[in-house]
Amino acid sequence: MIEKRWEHYPHPADVGVRGIGATKSDAFEQVSLALTAVVANPETIEALEPLEVTCEAENDEMLLVEWLNRLVYEMSTRRMLFSRFDIYVGDKLLKARIWGEAIDPEKHQPAVEVKAVTYHDLAVKQSPGGEWLAQCVLDV
Amino acid sequence: MDLNPLSRVSETEWHLEPRGSMRVPGVLFADEPLLRGMDEKVLDQIANVATLPGIVKASFAMPDAHWGYGFPIGGVGAFDAEQGGVVSAGGVGFDISCGVRTMLTGLTREELDPIKPKLADALFHKVPAGVGSTGHVRLNPAQLDEMLAGGARWAVQQGYGVPDDLDRIENRGCMAGADPAQVSGHAKQRQEEEMGTLGSGNHYLEVQEVREIFDPKTAAAYGLREGGIVISIHCGSRGLGHQVATDYSKKMVSAAASYGIPLPDRELACAPIRSPVGEAYLGAMRAAINCALANRQILTHLVRQALNTVRKGLDAPLLYDVSHNTCRLENHVVDGRKSKLFVHRKGATCALGPGHPDVAPALRDVGQPVLIGGTMGTASYILAGTPESAGLAFASACHGAGRQMSRTQATKQWQGRQVIDELAGRGILIRTRSYRGVAEEAPGAYKDVSTVVEATHAAGLARKVAKLVPLVCVKG
Repeated sequence: MIEKRWEHYPHPADVGVRGIGATKSDAFEQVSLALTAVVANPETIEALEPLEVTCEAENDEMLLVEWLNRLVYEMSTRRMLFSRFDIYVGDKLLKARIWGEAIDPEKHQPAVEVKAVTYHDLAVKQSPGGEWLAQCVLDV
Repeated sequence: MDLNPLSRVSETEWHLEPRGSMRVPGVLFADEPLLRGMDEKVLDQIANVATLPGIVKASFAMPDAHWGYGFPIGGVGAFDAEQGGVVSAGGVGFDISCGVRTMLTGLTREELDPIKPKLADALFHKVPAGVGSTGHVRLNPAQLDEMLAGGARWAVQQGYGVPDDLDRIENRGCMAGADPAQVSGHAKQRQEEEMGTLGSGNHYLEVQEVREIFDPKTAAAYGLREGGIVISIHCGSRGLGHQVATDYSKKMVSAAASYGIPLPDRELACAPIRSPVGEAYLGAMRAAINCALANRQILTHLVRQALNTVRKGLDAPLLYDVSHNTCRLENHVVDGRKSKLFVHRKGATCALGPGHPDVAPALRDVGQPVLIGGTMGTASYILAGTPESAGLAFASACHGAGRQMSRTQATKQWQGRQVIDELAGRGILIRTRSYRGVAEEAPGAYKDVSTVVEATHAAGLARKVAKLVPLVCVKG
């Protein structure tokens, strides 16, 4: 049984985000939570308003960058934070239903904006044990 | 950093001779302790930049250099379009035209002290700061394009500030050659509610005291005196600039491949200056520079309004505004020959020396102010361009302290409330909506900016004029 989880890993200037799961889709879902957690604690964010997003890219790694950049864009233009991610990753295609709420500084104590998702340390891969990992470094 | 691959030219200048596919040498400016403390990857990145087509003279690192995406932060590289030179989004950075602006208040420390808490509250109330904050200036698509073409000049025309401000901004407040049509719809949408916002992270608004003067003549020309109060803003081009960098990083990965430019690292993605992608990026990047200049101009207006609520009649003129993430077309002399070069400065400040025609007439005799940001608990510095700077690294200097600890580590080590209380005990008032943000930006998470400034001075990149200490800090 592979346990879904996310983590931040230290990086001198910025922060690395990593999602792990039994499927590629789970790993993408978890790394989305990791990105959210750079901004604010996901446990403080209520999954109130839904949003549907579709992304395309030539391979899994570019799809991860495309998707996370899209998430940054949606957070920035809607002034929302998201805490629930239902993601399907197919061949060169990602479909996401996500839920969140408007940013409330008092409630969420947001620390920092994510400026962009970078190609640094970018990886989407499956370990010999079957675990999927999706990771990259964020510019904050 | 292992110093073995380097040859020492002086106390503060070190060379990396070309190896592998490097077209030019690497040149690092730093004293030995700074260099030993720099991470190893800076050297790899300096070497990688030196492999790019059309690079001229050398690939440079400033004393505050540290690892960045593709180019190091604190990296300077100049490219000649005539020699097939390239432009790189990674060579400018994600926060296009991030920079520092300093205003003179005319107040003394004694005059400020009784009104300090009131001023801190007024600034915090007036200036939107932090994640999700929105500005009061809303632009329709046509107005947004005008702003992107006009920069701070546009902002002054709209009533944010006065025409005299423009003399004290690089490129007189407006970067020529901006092409708003090359800025994507997504980038423009990210700016819709962000005009006149400070942002978050290491961006700040500080009330500072001039604590020490090193160069009285230049300080006098800059309007600085010991015990005087200035206000500094550190921020950039907000969501629009971040999105422009994101959009073109992606386009340049494909462009580099299609032009057969080998990339040792995907983050070095670039395109020939004379190519459709290169030209489009330059147009969009210049528009983002104008966005940053307009944004800092609007913030200046808000700061002046806040000042007037506590002290009527203060006009708070600009000392100067510098950007430290840019690529600009500049005239330089290389090997005795005049050239027009595209100079990338990523985490590096332009530092024009005395007599340079682009320095405002009132400051021309002493050289351009070089504004170096510190942390909310330590110090910032004002330097000036030197006569020899043009011959060193295309008239460039350092930009700030740089982190020595990750955000994750910082939140484990400090709590926001505790940092705020400790700083309050030292007379520094912090205004923020996010304790976690303060913990991540704790002064101890940054390197000592004074050692960087000493090395910059010793290397002749810029000379020390004044040291500033914070009294009030509004954090995003």
